[in-house]
Amino acid sequence: MPEIAVNNLFKSYGPINALRDISFQVDKAEIFGIIGPDGAGKTSLFRILVSLLLPDKGSVQLAGFDVVKDYAEIRKIVGYMPGRFSLYQDLSVEENLSFFATVFGSSIEANYDLIKDIYVQIEPFKKRLAGRLSGGMKQKLALCCALIHRPQVLVLDEPTTGVDAVSRVEFWDLLHKIKKEGITIIVSTPYMDEAARCDRVALMQNGEFLGISLPGDIHKAFTKTLYELTPGQGAYKLLKALRAEAWCKNAWLFGQSVHLTVNDSASETQFLSYAQREKIEFRKITAGIEDTFMELMKTS
Amino acid sequence: MENPENIIVVKNLVKRYGDFTANDNLCFEVRKGEIFGFLGANGAGKTTAIRILCGLSYPTSGKINVAGFDAYTQRELIKRNIGYMSQKFSLYDDLTIAENIRFYAGIYGLSQKVIKSRTNQLLHRLGMEEIRNRLIRDVPLGWKQKLAFSVAIFHNPAVVFLDEPTGGVDPVTRRQFWEMINEAAEEGITVFVTTHYMDEAEYCDRVSIMVDGKIAALDTPQNLKKSYKTSDMNGVFLTLARGE
Repeated sequence: MPEIAVNNLFKSYGPINALRDISFQVDKAEIFGIIGPDGAGKTSLFRILVSLLLPDKGSVQLAGFDVVKDYAEIRKIVGYMPGRFSLYQDLSVEENLSFFATVFGSSIEANYDLIKDIYVQIEPFKKRLAGRLSGGMKQKLALCCALIHRPQVLVLDEPTTGVDAVSRVEFWDLLHKIKKEGITIIVSTPYMDEAARCDRVALMQNGEFLGISLPGDIHKAFTKTLYELTPGQGAYKLLKALRAEAWCKNAWLFGQSVHLTVNDSASETQFLSYAQREKIEFRKITAGIEDTFMELMKTS
Repeated sequence: MENPENIIVVKNLVKRYGDFTANDNLCFEVRKGEIFGFLGANGAGKTTAIRILCGLSYPTSGKINVAGFDAYTQRELIKRNIGYMSQKFSLYDDLTIAENIRFYAGIYGLSQKVIKSRTNQLLHRLGMEEIRNRLIRDVPLGWKQKLAFSVAIFHNPAVVFLDEPTGGVDPVTRRQFWEMINEAAEEGITVFVTTHYMDEAEYCDRVSIMVDGKIAALDTPQNLKKSYKTSDMNGVFLTLARGE
């Protein structure tokens, strides 16, 4: 039995369809990532998963419990870290943690081993008010508070948003440690590069999954030939020049290079002679997650 | 200013809060029309420096000149000659698109006539003519960010400061946003930008990386990657910010 089973989930707010027919399953101790921009529907989905929001249609089971019918059970087995920092800003680090432990009828001591690796990093500041912590520290405290009752399922809504690149790497290292404890993790992020740290990922846009795959297989959804052009300098000028050509299908900036697809094989010939004439270096590349996401966004 | 090509000149900038030194002797210049990436870990001191450069807070010591104005004595002139946009707050949710433009343009003292004609041009360019009377709260995030940027440069500032402008938007919008940044730079507006997306650092002409209140590195992305022997800016950032 999967640890999380979501079947044909729908949710709308007036005319806005936040979730349109979402179905997926997550295994025990899996890290399942949902990657998509703001407004994709990630938060609505997570709020339904933790029983804070009712779906319009469809069902969700966590560890066999139904999120609507068995909501009281769900709340015992779920650890939830909302997207907005929602700890008590006017309580200290230690007070927040002990508050959350007590609410769940547990204590810091009982589950200290689970949070130890994270907590030692914020322990020097345990007397500091939560509202006065830095961004990365707040995220670590929020993770501790979500874990302190040893949940079976950990639901993390954009835990790395606004967090710098170093703290993001550390945060993901922590998630992998938690996974080893047998805890199932479902996590959302707008950072596409974090896909690589998940066991499986779903790409999400406008209330729909564009696809679910292993991180290493995402590029398979990108079926066209992709060229990387490296002009050395003036990538933006090259971008504009390419878009003016009839054979150019899509051209996007990727740092100092341009990623290009062309319309058909005749276009390919035209592009090759263009590149030769303009002396532009290029090579065929495997699509990255952003290439794939942009491609799927267009065709969906 | 010694070199007219430099739009921002910072010499030995120090900012202390009590015994905490948030900015520890920063020295750098930003050239006119440049896209300058201002990177650093959370708490490295970026926001402190940006607030000083925008004329919102006093430096403790050092010589700071922005768009030809002094950061101690000409703060109001600095504010009039720069634009600012942040991810967290940029437009008023309960005003319409057109009202937001009029509000910001009015703050910067543009005449009604100029506001009217430029608003029409802008809405046309953004493809937002049809929805000009829609409340900002009902506008999708990607559009909002593009509009916020356009509003920030509506009064043709010498420099625009962008504080994590692309957080949370989809990869297409993120690229369209950077195309707008390039466009503004081509028109001569200097762009000073912070981001947590390391791939976006590659769009900058030069990048500085702050660590613990100091500038740990400042160069073109190509040179930084070469110096730190890594293939992308993420590698440069992780090496510097972790102090490895």
